[in-house]
Amino acid sequence: MTQYIIRRVLIAIPTLFVISFVIFAILSLAPGDPLAQFALNPSIPESVRERIRTSLGLDQPWPVRYVRWLGAMAQGDWGISFNTKAPVIDLIWQRLPQTLQVVGVAYLIAVLLAIPIGIISAVKQYSLFDNVATFLSFVGFSVPSFFTGLVLILVFAVNLGWFPIVYRSTIEVTNLETFGQQVRQMVLPISVLVVQQTAALTRFMRTSMLDNLSLDYVRTARAKGLNDRTVVLRHVLTNSLIPVVTLVALGIPTIFAGAIVTENLFRVNGLGALLITSINNSDTPVVMALTFILRSSPCSLTLLPTFSTVCSIRGCATAKTGLQKRLVVASVGGSTANAGDHLPFSTLAFARTILSK
Amino acid sequence: MSEADQVIDGGPAVTVTAKAQQLTTRVSTKPRTLMSDAWRRFRKHRLAMIGAAILVFFSLAVFIGPIFYVPYLVRQLETSGMPVPSQNPDLEVLIDHLDFLNILSPPTLTHPFGTDDLGRDLLARSLYGGRISLMVGFMAMVIAISIGAVVGALAGFFGKTIDQILMRITDLFLSLPGVPLTILTVYLFREPVIQAIGSPEAGIFLIVVAVVGGLAWMQTARIVRASFLSLKEKEFVEAATALGVGRRSIMFKHILPNAIGPIIVAATLEVGNAIIAESTLSFLGVGFPPDTPTWGRLVTDGSQYLQTSPWLALFPGALIFLTVLSINFLGDGLRDALDPRSRL
Repeated sequence: MTQYIIRRVLIAIPTLFVISFVIFAILSLAPGDPLAQFALNPSIPESVRERIRTSLGLDQPWPVRYVRWLGAMAQGDWGISFNTKAPVIDLIWQRLPQTLQVVGVAYLIAVLLAIPIGIISAVKQYSLFDNVATFLSFVGFSVPSFFTGLVLILVFAVNLGWFPIVYRSTIEVTNLETFGQQVRQMVLPISVLVVQQTAALTRFMRTSMLDNLSLDYVRTARAKGLNDRTVVLRHVLTNSLIPVVTLVALGIPTIFAGAIVTENLFRVNGLGALLITSINNSDTPVVMALTFILRSSPCSLTLLPTFSTVCSIRGCATAKTGLQKRLVVASVGGSTANAGDHLPFSTLAFARTILSK
Repeated sequence: MSEADQVIDGGPAVTVTAKAQQLTTRVSTKPRTLMSDAWRRFRKHRLAMIGAAILVFFSLAVFIGPIFYVPYLVRQLETSGMPVPSQNPDLEVLIDHLDFLNILSPPTLTHPFGTDDLGRDLLARSLYGGRISLMVGFMAMVIAISIGAVVGALAGFFGKTIDQILMRITDLFLSLPGVPLTILTVYLFREPVIQAIGSPEAGIFLIVVAVVGGLAWMQTARIVRASFLSLKEKEFVEAATALGVGRRSIMFKHILPNAIGPIIVAATLEVGNAIIAESTLSFLGVGFPPDTPTWGRLVTDGSQYLQTSPWLALFPGALIFLTVLSINFLGDGLRDALDPRSRL
């Protein structure tokens, strides 16, 4: 098994290289100019502009710049933002708390909601509860996050006035009142994300449970005279959780990527918002750093999914090892991190096609 | 089993034969085909049927509806004494028809969806935008499915080195960060493509469809490869080979039709994903130019007036939502219907 893990990690490294190369190439070959903001400014003469260009290293051809970026990255130097002239790592540290507060909490809530809903849905398949849950989860992953956001803003912020529209990151939690403010402004963006992530995860949990419920060992457990509760929670749930844990672990990097649309809609100045502004300003170092985080975190998290694969291979759910392996491969390649507001949508779509019930 | 025995043992023999006759006469003489089976299963999926109906209605409304709506709107404008654009206005004229006396009008008989901040009719704009959004979804799906089917077919059919190379490329594409990369490429390459094509709308259409479709073919490739791997070992392929059928014919005429079920499902879901992707791009301001009213763009523009005229964002938003929801239900129904294992 150690060998398997090592092999996976070794595959991950070239993948990261290629991805960073592709993104760097796209950024460099595109016609956007990082110094466009100076181009129209008459007080900055051509010679100064050239000097800024040289100081940022932009006079070099882009393969040279890529190698330099790679070298610096290897030493832990994330570079300096073209736009703000601040070190990229500082920018990321500034934005990370907001993103974690909103996207991280949303993810946690989604997982906590999805697992019980998925279990009940599967155990009582085709019951009223299951039908409602299924319908709602279809609604959840069909609704674009900007539309959920707008409807929630309209109902709860504009009409009812319960929550603020704009997220203020300047609130410092010192007493109960500011804590209340902080919680209130987190409610709407978190709800938007929870709607989507719960929908996808519930479906996945349900399918995974259903797959196990029809297996022979469940019948054996029932035949032994175990009560329903033990069969479902001890036997079926532990096995069904394996792919779900994998998927949840694979989704963790997306937390660090932030949620582009939701952050944009509620003016949360997190990492997703940073990515959009950096793309708009052709701020190569920031875009590179953010996409790199997105890519590399699945690699560092490989161990968790791999561990669950080990469990599943050793366990009785051999039927799903194929899927497990593919999920792990996907995690190393990082098929997951879409940086959208969706959960790893490609993985989910893939899982849906494979596990559909 | 035991119940049937009891009936035969306990009941008089006559009733059993009568029952048997009843059963035999009810069986239809029409042969059951794969497609009729699929249709029978599909009809039972109520939500999928509703989804299909909504989709058909939206497509008709968007592509044929303007034929009826344009004269209606012109007549309504005339009767209420408002300026009418030109003698023979079509949809493209009406979406840009300003009416400053009627800005931000709520839904009325004249303007069923209301008007925006420049007095433009929202229903006309939604119909026009729907054409673009549905076309984007459809074309992106065609691109994604074509690439995916060819890559998957080649990888599954030839195996070995070709399979290895193609699957590594597929994994690589899977590991690219989808949404940021889409935003990045569309944003950065918008201008040159527009200049090369000549028209902003066509240029953006091309690049959005290419990028969204070009980053979505991987699932299809994997599904198709998996089907090919199992199908190419079947006897009918062996028979075709023995008859001297060429490899291309075997791949696309013999194996591909047998793998069509999962491809159709993937295609359906892809249309929905592409519509969401396009509207998200428009919402973030990197999609179609501001004067092109796609659904996503209409939601963005409308969200400025959320407090005073919420219908501006809600109507187009609900259209996106309903379309994608219908597509997803349709896909779900098709998956159950086209799965030969689920014989109902």
